[in-house]
Order: sequence, then structure tokens, then C-alpha cells
Amino acid sequence: MDTNAVLDLMWVLICGILVFFMQAGFTLVETGFTRSKNTGNIIMKNLMDFCIGSVAFWAVGYSLMYGDSIGGLIGNISQYAFFDSLKDMHSLFFQTVFAATAATIVSGAIAERTKFTTYLIFSLLMTLVIYPISGSWVWNAGGWLAQMGFTDFAGSTVVHAVGGFASLVAAAMVGPRIGKYNADGTSNAIPGHSLMMGALGVFILWVGWFGFNPGSQLAISGDNAIKVAEIFITTNLAGAIGALAAMFVTWIFYKKPDISMTLNGVLAGLVGVTAGCAAVDPVGALMIGLICGIVVVFSIEFIDKKLKIDDPVGAVSVHGVCGALGTILVGVFATDGGLLYGGGFDKLIVQITGVAAIGAWALGASFIVLFILKKTMGIRVTKEEEIDGLDIHEHGTNCYND
Amino acid sequence: MKKIEAVIRKSKFDDVKKALHQIEVNFFTYWDVTGVGNEKEGHVYRGITYSTADIQRRYISIVVSDPFLERTIDAILNAAETGMVGDGKIFVSDVIETYRIRTKEKGTDAVN
Repeated sequence: MDTNAVLDLMWVLICGILVFFMQAGFTLVETGFTRSKNTGNIIMKNLMDFCIGSVAFWAVGYSLMYGDSIGGLIGNISQYAFFDSLKDMHSLFFQTVFAATAATIVSGAIAERTKFTTYLIFSLLMTLVIYPISGSWVWNAGGWLAQMGFTDFAGSTVVHAVGGFASLVAAAMVGPRIGKYNADGTSNAIPGHSLMMGALGVFILWVGWFGFNPGSQLAISGDNAIKVAEIFITTNLAGAIGALAAMFVTWIFYKKPDISMTLNGVLAGLVGVTAGCAAVDPVGALMIGLICGIVVVFSIEFIDKKLKIDDPVGAVSVHGVCGALGTILVGVFATDGGLLYGGGFDKLIVQITGVAAIGAWALGASFIVLFILKKTMGIRVTKEEEIDGLDIHEHGTNCYND
Repeated sequence: MKKIEAVIRKSKFDDVKKALHQIEVNFFTYWDVTGVGNEKEGHVYRGITYSTADIQRRYISIVVSDPFLERTIDAILNAAETGMVGDGKIFVSDVIETYRIRTKEKGTDAVN
């Protein structure tokens, strides 16, 4: 192997480690934003979706996503099944941690009331089928959206919106937590038990994003290095301005800068720029992050107060809404083909088409899976289990024992 | 012998402790409590405003001999005051007997 190839391979592996670390970030955000009686359950869900995803994506998922595309719709399932292509192991690792990210997003939205066994099955199907199929449309060279010129560089839609839309369906179907809504339909606050954990989780996710986006260049040798460094900047700027935007919006509307919303603002900016981090310049990244940071606050309120869907961590807004929005905004801010850069509407229409198609798939597929699970084994714990906490009933112990 | 129990602001605890030490009341017990009262605290979490009447306070329990009663109460009254709603309350009750476990002393000797 020549030096450049070794460098590229190593870069992909290092970024894969950073993306893997995002699992810790998700665990911390989700536990911090929820009550201490359910912490152990969230730990187990986040741990298990990665473990299940690692096996499922190796066995089938990777092949469905990256096998030779059949009609642009699905990868050849037999091509890489039980993956053993020695020269592409780094690729399997990098794509596995991405698949697990999409799966783990769901656990936050349905936290504190969902049956553990049902979650495990849903998580398996997420990495086995739901994520790989829509992923193949974009990231498989033969995928129909890839052929159209749809841009989703690191997965605002492929990873985040798929997880976010699945979260929307799951949170709606499992229903709100006991005590979340009053009889007159007004919403109650259920404060998370540790914003410190939430904050640490967001910082860890931010670190992870420096693997998620720059790693998606899949190379660092030669001129790739310059591109990778640029992606660091677009990524970082969007996260930073997203937080600033969310902070000022809450400061204006709630009188004080809201801590957990500002933390969501970081993630909103990062999710938003993920699609376009290699296609926009720093100003474009700033604009995408700004828009997502503002939208995320109103989206969280809208979903909570108007749709009355209980999403304790804001996963639907952060990953679903901002993922979709960030992907569409590539059609506006892309330096090559963006609406504001003289590219006309063509790019924008392609971006909207892609988001709509993947959104419909994620919503539809999740609904079918969850509907069957709801009718067969049930997706919600009993009232008693929910009130006492999932830790003691589902796992037989508390997370905090003194 | 009297027992003086006071519910005070946490922010005033250090002042009260200092005032008690100045009048040579050196032994007392305290713990953090949550109560319900007139003061309503407005909170906003993720855009949802909620008011809570759950108030965090510190509870002090002091047993003193009768000559110490008035000055102890005065010390707390002065040191714990901010003038705003929620400064707390003081309760005084009789104590039938006090024993010091180590020396088996009882009565006033055991208090100080």
C-alpha cells in the first residue's frame, strides 16, 4: 500500500472512533434531559443499539446500502453480506458507527416510557433495513438520488433526519409520559435531572462531529487535507452560531437564556450543516447554522405544545427538522449550484425531492414496524412501571444507589 | 431547657451560624428541607413556564438552657432577615430532658 492510501485509511478509522464517541454524547444528553429514575434504562438502550447495530450492519445492513444498486433503490444484499472484504474493513467500521448514530437518535424521543424489548427490536430493524435502504439512495453511487445529484455530504438527511423522523413516529405512537399534558391539553415541564450531563454530552457530540463531517471526505492525502480543514471550519461555525441563535431566541421569548435549549441549538447547527459542510463556504455554513438554531427552538415548542408529541430531548426537532432543513438549504447556499450563488432552482428542487422521499420512507417504514410491534408485544410499559421508573422494573436496579 | 427550631434561607445560614457563635451557642443541628409557602418561584424549562411552591430552606434545631433562650432567638431574628417574603419562622418548645451520652450528664450540664 502506498503512503497516501495508508493515510486515507487511517483518517477514516480515526474519524470512525470520533463518531463512535458520539454514542457517549447521546447517552449523556438523553440521561441528563430526563429523570434519574430512568437513567439506567437509557444507558442500556444506547449501549445496546450500538451493539445490535454493529452486528446487524456487518451482517446485512452494509450490503443493502453499498452493494451494487438494484434499480437505484436497494443494494445487492448478497454482495457484502457477513462482510469479509479485507481491503474495505475501514469502510465497514466508518459506516457502522454512522448507522448506529441514526438508530440511537430514537431512544431519546421515546425515553422514560418505552418497553426495552420493543426498543431492541426496533433498533435492530433500523440498522438492518430502514437506514440502509434510504442510505443506498444517496451514498451508493448507483442510488437514484445520487444519480439526480442530491447532496447530503455527511448525512443531515441520510443519518439525522431518518433518525429524527423515526423518532417522530415512535414518540407519537408510544404517547406522552404520564403527567406531561393536563386534561385541558396544556403542557407541563418535566425538568431533566442533570443539565451537567446534558452539557457534557453536547460537548462530546461536538467533538464527535469533527469525525462525522471531516471524516466523510473519506480521505486526507494530497489536496483532500485542505478540503478536510475547510469542513472543520464550516462544521464548527454552524454549531457555534446555532447555539448563539438558540440562546438569544430563548433570551428574548423566555426572558432568560435557556440552558437545555441552547445545548439543543449547538446540535441543531451541527445537524444542519452536515449535509452541506463540503458544499458551502464559511458564510453559508454560518447562515445554515443560524437558521437551524432559530428554527429548533420554535420547532421544539410546536411539537410539544401544538402537536402534543412528547419528545423529552428534542430529538425530532434537532435531528428531523434541522436535518431536513439543513439538507434543503444546501440548494440555497451551495457555492456550486446554490440559489443564492447563481445556480437557479434546479439544485434546490433536487434537495427538496430527496428530503421528501427519504422523509416519507423513514416515516412510513417506522410506522409499519412500530404498528406491528404495538399490536403484538406492545411498545409501552405499564403505568406502575413508568411511575416507579424503568430502572427498577425493567432492569431490577437503580442507576443511583445512594 | 428549650428547643429552638428555625426555618431559614440557605443564603442566610452562614450569617446565622456566625451570630450564634458570637453569643456562644456552639452546638446545633441543621438539615436541608423543602417546604411549601407563600413564595412562588417562576421557572422556565424548554419554553414551558411553570411555577413551583416547592421552596428550598435550611432547618436548624438548637436546644439551649433557659438563660440562652432570648439571645438565641434575637440572634436568629436579626441574622436571618432580608425583609422579603420567605425569611422563615422560628418555633420554640419545651424540652423535658437532655442527656450527654459520653459522660451520662443530664439536664443543663448536658446542653452546653
